[in-house]
Amino acid sequence: MLLYIAGRLLAAVPITAIVAVFIFSLVHLAPGDPAVLLAGDNATPEQVEQIRERLQLDRPLHEQFGIWAGNALQLDLGESIYSRQPVTRLIAQRIEPTFVLSIVTLTLTVAIAVPLGVIAAWKANTLLDRAIMGFAVIGFSVPVFAIGYVLVYLFAVERRWFPVQGYKQLSDGVLASLHSVTLPSIALALIFAALIARVTRAAMLEALNENYIRTARAKGMGTPRILIIHALKNAGVPVVTVIGIGFATLIGGVVVTESVFNIPGIGRLTVDAITRRDYPVVQGVILFFSLTLIAVNLLVDLSYGLFDPRVRG
Amino acid sequence: MAVSEQASNPSGQTVELSWQRQTIVFFKDPAAFVCAIILLALLLIALFAPLIANDPLEISPAQRLAAPDAEAILGRDHLGRDVFARAVYGTQTSLLVGFTVAALTSAIGVAIGIYAGLSRIGGAIIMRLNDAMMAIPAILLAIALAALFEAGLATVIFAITAPEIPRMVRLVRSVVLSVREQPYVMAAQSIGTSGLAMVWRHILPNTLGPVLVQATYVCASAIIASAVLSFLGVGASPELPSWGGMMADARRHFRIHPELMLYPGVLLSLLVLAVNLLGDRLSDALDPRKMRRGTL
Repeated sequence: MLLYIAGRLLAAVPITAIVAVFIFSLVHLAPGDPAVLLAGDNATPEQVEQIRERLQLDRPLHEQFGIWAGNALQLDLGESIYSRQPVTRLIAQRIEPTFVLSIVTLTLTVAIAVPLGVIAAWKANTLLDRAIMGFAVIGFSVPVFAIGYVLVYLFAVERRWFPVQGYKQLSDGVLASLHSVTLPSIALALIFAALIARVTRAAMLEALNENYIRTARAKGMGTPRILIIHALKNAGVPVVTVIGIGFATLIGGVVVTESVFNIPGIGRLTVDAITRRDYPVVQGVILFFSLTLIAVNLLVDLSYGLFDPRVRG
Repeated sequence: MAVSEQASNPSGQTVELSWQRQTIVFFKDPAAFVCAIILLALLLIALFAPLIANDPLEISPAQRLAAPDAEAILGRDHLGRDVFARAVYGTQTSLLVGFTVAALTSAIGVAIGIYAGLSRIGGAIIMRLNDAMMAIPAILLAIALAALFEAGLATVIFAITAPEIPRMVRLVRSVVLSVREQPYVMAAQSIGTSGLAMVWRHILPNTLGPVLVQATYVCASAIIASAVLSFLGVGASPELPSWGGMMADARRHFRIHPELMLYPGVLLSLLVLAVNLLGDRLSDALDPRKMRRGTL
């Protein structure tokens, strides 16, 4: 198992390196002088020269990348053009709302999607199955901002159960904080749950066709036990894989949802940075989200060992 | 020559039968039929937009947020523009972006994917780059690309296509890897079929089904992505009518005029739903293993 973990960790290193190259090249791919881009629209020629000097943009590209990556490894992602604050500090300040929103969304998603997927597979090809799968297709067809505004209209404007927008810090009380992220989490979870319910159903159908299920039935085991102990455990790998793959969708959703609900998280920081053409921040948040995604997929890989003993070997 | 013909096309009849089966499976389903109708209707709306709607760009500040009347049947937006006209022309934008992105992604993805499946070293390099690109959340990459390059429809299409390509490459490569091991490919190889002929006759046709299904999903997600870009203000241009842009404009007046958000939202959801369902039905019809099977 230790060897397996070490192997997975090592495999993540080159991917992270290539991601860093991609993100570094973003600013250099765009037409125009990167120093002018990084300096922002209102910079004077002197400021542009300053930035060129400080980031050593007159050096060859590979040396520049070395400097940028070296700084990034020391958690120095440069500073925002707009607020002149270090990018890492900006990200650290905004991490809490995004974290709370993601955790609540993931919990809701699994709580909704896995039971629905199991029921749909159990009652496959019945009206119930079709209804659940119909919900699933609708779920991932409706854009998250559309669902968000429907929820706001129903539960924040018509009935004032939840705030229209904004976020309460965890330090103001956990319940208040959870209350403030309820609507955005539901909006995000509906989309994510749709995806996972579909995969759970497919994986369960696969598992239910196996011989050991027939054996379990033959020896008189009850349906709930078969579904949960035998089928769901074996359907675990594809379901967890999709939670990992879907995490990218979740990140995209977080960016959009935070601007719909005006939540001061990293998604909101991203959108603000992009509208202000604040490139160091844009690079920083994309790097942050990509690293998160790599870490989540690493955890997913490691969790295979829990579901499938063969992986550990 | 005769042997190679047989290898590529075991018997004309089987192919025909399977196409019949696919068509029957596809249209037996009422959902597929409804999707086809919705798509056809939106396509007609997009094609005949100038006949159905007024000028979507005309601004009349005196009539800002005006209620529906005979002229503008869905009312007017914050600049006094005809909401119905903007919704109709927005259909054009969504369909154009969806189809173009799907077509570009398929073409580029198939080319790179086939190469990655046939070349050992090139394939390994491409797959590592692929993995890295897939580690960057697609919509973030699209937002960043759209913001970096000059605003315009071409930029939007490019920004959405680039992050979609790696998944297509991976899919095509996996098909190529499995086809490469098939006996008929080895047979064709042993009688000296050249590389290009092999790709054209044996490999490409096998990728078509999975690519078609994937392209449908790419089309759906591209339509959402372009709406997200417009919604966040990095879309083609604020004047160009688009559903995402209409929703962005509607945000400020959401409490008093929620209907301005509703119309584009419903149209967007309907179109994406139809395209997604179409993809599901296509994938059922093209995959015999997905036929209904026994359960507990």
